[in-house]
Amino acid sequence: MRAFAQLIKKIDSTNKTNIKVDALTEYFKVAPPQDKVWTIAILSHRRPPRPVNTTLLRTWASELANIPLWLFEESYHIVGDLAETIALVIPASEESTDKSLTQFLEEIIALKKKPEEEKRAYLRSNWTDLNYYERFVFSKLITGSFRIGVSQKLMTRALAKATGIDVDILAYKLMGNWDPKTISFQELILEENKADYLSKPYPFYLAYAIEDEPEDLGNVSEWFAEHKWDGIRSQVIIRDNELFVWSRGEELVTDKYPEFEALVEALPNGTVLDGEILPFKNGVIGTFNDLQTRIGRKNVSKALLKKTPVILKAYDILEWKDKDIRDLAFAERRKILEKLYTEVTTESLPLHLSETMEFDSWDAAAQERERSREVMSEGLMLKRKDSPYLVGRKKGDWWKWKVDPLTIDAVLTYAMRGHGRRSNLFTDYTFGLWDDNKEELVTFAKAYSGLTDKEFRSLDAWIKKNTLERFGPVRSVTPHHVFEIAFEGIAPSKRHKSGVATRFPRMLRWRKDKKIEDANTLEDLKQLIPKPEKA
Amino acid sequence: MYLDPWKPVDKAIISHGHADHSRWGHKAYITHHINVPIIKHRLGEINVTGKEWGETFTIKNVKFSLHPAGHIIGSSQIRVEHKGEVWVFTGDYKTEDDGVATPYEPIKCHTFITECTFGLPAFKWRPQSEVFNDINTWWSDNKAEGKTSVIFGYSLGKAQRLLRYLDTDIGKIYTHGAIENMTEVIRPLSPMPETTRVTRETKKEELLGNIVVAPPSAHGSTWIRKMVPYVTASASGWMAFRGARRRRAIDKGFILSDHCDWQGLLESVEATGAEKIISTHGYTDIFTRYLLEQGYDARTEATQYEGELGEETEKEQE
Repeated sequence: MRAFAQLIKKIDSTNKTNIKVDALTEYFKVAPPQDKVWTIAILSHRRPPRPVNTTLLRTWASELANIPLWLFEESYHIVGDLAETIALVIPASEESTDKSLTQFLEEIIALKKKPEEEKRAYLRSNWTDLNYYERFVFSKLITGSFRIGVSQKLMTRALAKATGIDVDILAYKLMGNWDPKTISFQELILEENKADYLSKPYPFYLAYAIEDEPEDLGNVSEWFAEHKWDGIRSQVIIRDNELFVWSRGEELVTDKYPEFEALVEALPNGTVLDGEILPFKNGVIGTFNDLQTRIGRKNVSKALLKKTPVILKAYDILEWKDKDIRDLAFAERRKILEKLYTEVTTESLPLHLSETMEFDSWDAAAQERERSREVMSEGLMLKRKDSPYLVGRKKGDWWKWKVDPLTIDAVLTYAMRGHGRRSNLFTDYTFGLWDDNKEELVTFAKAYSGLTDKEFRSLDAWIKKNTLERFGPVRSVTPHHVFEIAFEGIAPSKRHKSGVATRFPRMLRWRKDKKIEDANTLEDLKQLIPKPEKA
Repeated sequence: MYLDPWKPVDKAIISHGHADHSRWGHKAYITHHINVPIIKHRLGEINVTGKEWGETFTIKNVKFSLHPAGHIIGSSQIRVEHKGEVWVFTGDYKTEDDGVATPYEPIKCHTFITECTFGLPAFKWRPQSEVFNDINTWWSDNKAEGKTSVIFGYSLGKAQRLLRYLDTDIGKIYTHGAIENMTEVIRPLSPMPETTRVTRETKKEELLGNIVVAPPSAHGSTWIRKMVPYVTASASGWMAFRGARRRRAIDKGFILSDHCDWQGLLESVEATGAEKIISTHGYTDIFTRYLLEQGYDARTEATQYEGELGEETEKEQE
């Protein structure tokens, strides 16, 4: 644990990626094997379940710090991170621990089942005895999310440097379900183990947004275009008569989409498809909002399956007849996919093909892109015909070319302090639109991004001076500022007070030239909801 | 008579030289004599009278005197007495003796008007000797890697505190123009080590292994980009928060403040013996609520003072 805390301190002491990678590489070279496994697990979001709820954590930490609970809560709102707040308010210690990271994690896992009094004693003694960084790391392990400025990609790079194993191979090894409690470093990283690969997905290839004009991509004839579907990016794996569905977040979501069981019969073993899970009912693609009802559920009821059925809109094939075919050209992979699709497709099979399109000119492609909202897509994907299927986000062969966002002018009504690097700044905002009588502002969206640091600072200062009421970390402010809010999609919603759900709302511009009377109405927003055409 | 007023007035008593406390445009200024050359440097030719520590002066039956606040060099608390009722206005202050500013003295009073820039239990300062030990270790580690160290601290106060304790056995100290100009004003008031101004002619090779002290506003400027390879650090109370350091995209944060930490504020309040506590700037609502729970008659008063955040973003006039 000492070495791990030192590592976090080192990573914390630099803003440069290379130095972070070097620090991690050094750690991976010398740390005990099981500590390495846990470090990989933690940095790839495979943390143990939280053994103590945060209410108890806050209560016990404020007791130990000898401050009232409300003062701890206020401090937490300002610090923006629970583990950091705990580490800060508890009296300082210069002690250090000899226990390993693995020991700590084993204790934390065991803690979950212990009686409350034992949990309290365990936390108190560790909080008291550990120094600042160890206490911070310890509390981070307890509170769960371990975001400390090290991405999984960065960690994989360091692991590759330390072991000499290729980054892409490591990315593949780290995919999927493995349990740091039971797997050894040897098994996870060093050994080749075929049996484990049954459920393993391939690392997703991700596209960058197109930066300038598509003309810069060269000759249009070298490219396929597809509509960019707004669902859940997924891999569907059929191996050994079993189905595995993986989301892009590396989550195994097979159980959430029972309709895909039909694919086990239809598709041959040794097939892996890449595509988008989309809601699809009565011949029409639904909105992302429809899909939301499926994402959150652990148990999918029959009623829900009927109400919001899904399909896989397949656009790529990564494995065919047990063979990894990612190195084949995209055009070749598409031939295989299209042939397969033609052979297996039926009216009821939840498998559709995402059609590729070819254009004579970029202008023609641009015209198709304009149609995106009508076909329920977010724009176009451009994929080079001869491109292999790469690992991770890479520039060059795949580009997303989204339609310009929808926009509306709204009034800032509430503000909340941010987290992480935005702690202690009011950066999370709620926006309202006028009701029919232009008397009241109805909340329609929250947005956190789109302003420059300078704009955030100046708005933060304004909010502090123009607060109307406080509700914990949230403040209502005098309606005064108008912002142009951009969003990708829009759909009717019963879950929102405004009756409308917007997708990826963000601040496009601070309209200092507009008064609140100039802001749009809710009715204006509803006018933007597209009328889908039959697919 | 006004204390640290933010609108132009006839007569102002000024606690210290930071821009949110000493504004331009008053007809007459009264301040501690150490602060006189400092505010003259910042505000130009003004009508200013310097006072000694504890020297009393009476205006319309109200007795005034200045007492050390320990915030930066020349900073005072302002004691105001009328018919036996004593109020103390702190301006900004800290309880630790930093060796540059005249150390803070608690003043007995009935009403204590205090800042609380860092009025949260999350702020707990370590003794500055430990912090400077860390800073000098950081500098020599960077030197070993052949890099230039760049440390940010605002030009009046923090910069001179850094200069005083940087270990010149490690290397040479270079300064940004804004800091060099202010330090020239302070040299006759307090001993400072030898420094070299970074100019257009300064070659980046001569900076390697040495340290550059710069105001926070220099971060990300073209001025600093010339210094590659360099490592950045900031010395500020805000560095207690990991998010604050990351937001500023600084490599290393040293927690070093010219304001009181939580404990320092509570101890100061207690030492004054005051019953009424008025908080002027910082986490005033939180601090006041806590004091109320502790049995004080506490309230907040809205001001335009900005504390350390203001100092960090303060426009460098030089």
